[in-house]
Amino acid sequence: MTNTYFEILRSGINTTVQDIGRNYLYHIGITVSGAIDQRSYKLANNLLNNRLNEAVIEFAYQGPLLKLRNGNSNFAITGDIFFNIIRNNSKIEEGRCYENYTLKDGEQIDIISTKKSAYGYLAVSGGFELEETWKSYSVNTKAQIGPNNGKKYSINEKIFIKKSTLENTQNKKIDYKDSFNNIVRVIKGTNFNYFSKEAKNIFFNQAYSVTRLVDRMGMRLDGPNLENIVNTNIKSEGLIRGVIQVPADGKPIILLSDHGTIGGYPKIAVVISADLDKVAQLTPGSKINFKEVNLEEAEKLFKDYTLITNKYLNEYS
Amino acid sequence: MIKNISNLGDAAIYCDFGPEVNEIVNSNVTDYFNHLTYLVRQKKIQGITNLTPSYNKLIISFDLSIINFSKLKKIIEKLSIEKHIKKNNQKIKIPVCCDEGYGLDFDRLSNKFNLSKDEILKIFFDKEYFCYMTGFIAGMPFLGDLDKKIRINRLDTPRVKVPEGSVGITEQFTNIYTFESPGGWNIIGNTPKKVFEKLNLQEPALIKPSDKVTFYQISKEEYLKFND
Repeated sequence: MTNTYFEILRSGINTTVQDIGRNYLYHIGITVSGAIDQRSYKLANNLLNNRLNEAVIEFAYQGPLLKLRNGNSNFAITGDIFFNIIRNNSKIEEGRCYENYTLKDGEQIDIISTKKSAYGYLAVSGGFELEETWKSYSVNTKAQIGPNNGKKYSINEKIFIKKSTLENTQNKKIDYKDSFNNIVRVIKGTNFNYFSKEAKNIFFNQAYSVTRLVDRMGMRLDGPNLENIVNTNIKSEGLIRGVIQVPADGKPIILLSDHGTIGGYPKIAVVISADLDKVAQLTPGSKINFKEVNLEEAEKLFKDYTLITNKYLNEYS
Repeated sequence: MIKNISNLGDAAIYCDFGPEVNEIVNSNVTDYFNHLTYLVRQKKIQGITNLTPSYNKLIISFDLSIINFSKLKKIIEKLSIEKHIKKNNQKIKIPVCCDEGYGLDFDRLSNKFNLSKDEILKIFFDKEYFCYMTGFIAGMPFLGDLDKKIRINRLDTPRVKVPEGSVGITEQFTNIYTFESPGGWNIIGNTPKKVFEKLNLQEPALIKPSDKVTFYQISKEEYLKFND
């Protein structure tokens, strides 16, 4: 263990440790958590030749201001982010995402904000010095599980780094093209037929917008009401990431990484795996158009999405 | 037995055990859950990432880069469930304080049931409850069945914050809020007992499906001293 760490000079609004997530615990009510945009998370590690499942710092909207102490480090930031590197000679260098940098003892990273997306990732070479809980480093603030006592980071806390790098590492960057659009592809949910013919039509043909009620648990949408003609409650049952449930008020909610494991609202649809990273990055005010695909198409789209992720991962290795 | 298998999105299987909610149906769910958990642990099935049993459903999440719906569905359909895997059968006693400030909804409940607070509590404390499932938040047990005289719907407007330890009732069920959480159940009391202990890595949830739970009433004084 080194004594190298980041001192948090500003915490940002939702800065937590995340990784690939935590499995096999839904049955006791512990959700998957994990980086909400898994592709950006993996690319951050890849830029530093880390294991792809190494823990990273996830931030949302306004990120942290971090000062490196007692050593040097290499880092990379992924997402769509404004950030500066404050060098020891007080020179401010504008940072670029999807590129690795060297940071010297006393220098700072100022993650000012995300641009058109909600989340970003900071990875360091060799990873952070943290403790695992149930085979994962992900913070679940609801159940207070994971590093930093399962809490968001606050000002003046320290985040230790496993290795203090002094060697000149190879500059690495990924030519990342954001494939952002407003179309979210879904498979019909298990309660699709609870909704009126008109509601089904509206769901696939009218736009919904992301409200301010969005966090790592879920995303409430606004738009035309979806009329339920059977029952606005179902017997509580298991949930997964991407489920779109519709409570009695007729407004859909998309479940994200920290969702409750059981719920009793009808499921109108489920976001396909290939679109989960994209959905989670939407910011309040964004419009969504849902498009129906069948299971075979969804499986094919996931293969394509994985191939593109792998292409980025292999680009410079 | 499973009545219908369908897909929930592209990375989960939805096993429906029929519309009824009772101990027999729930025991079928538990048999499948136990058997699949065993197969996953023995590495006899690849790709499963989570198993979520509930009253009358089992959701099997999987890693779409390892297996897909049609392949896993075939495996599930061919399973012959071994019932030798023992179900949980602990008997657990939970202390509850129902004094003012702990039981939050007695005015509403008394009106609705036309029963006094003491009558409601007598009915509630007289029964042993079966644990159908745990979830929503970490370790929250869903127990049943309540006596028909004290069944009621959820609150019209859920509370933004239900205090940790609250004991709630709704329809035929009763639960315990293991963490402060939003929630719409009618709160009749609060337990000082830790029902979810994250430091107990082997068994963080005190109450598990198929366990039996009885509640007993304690005073405010006993409540406050409970964890000393």
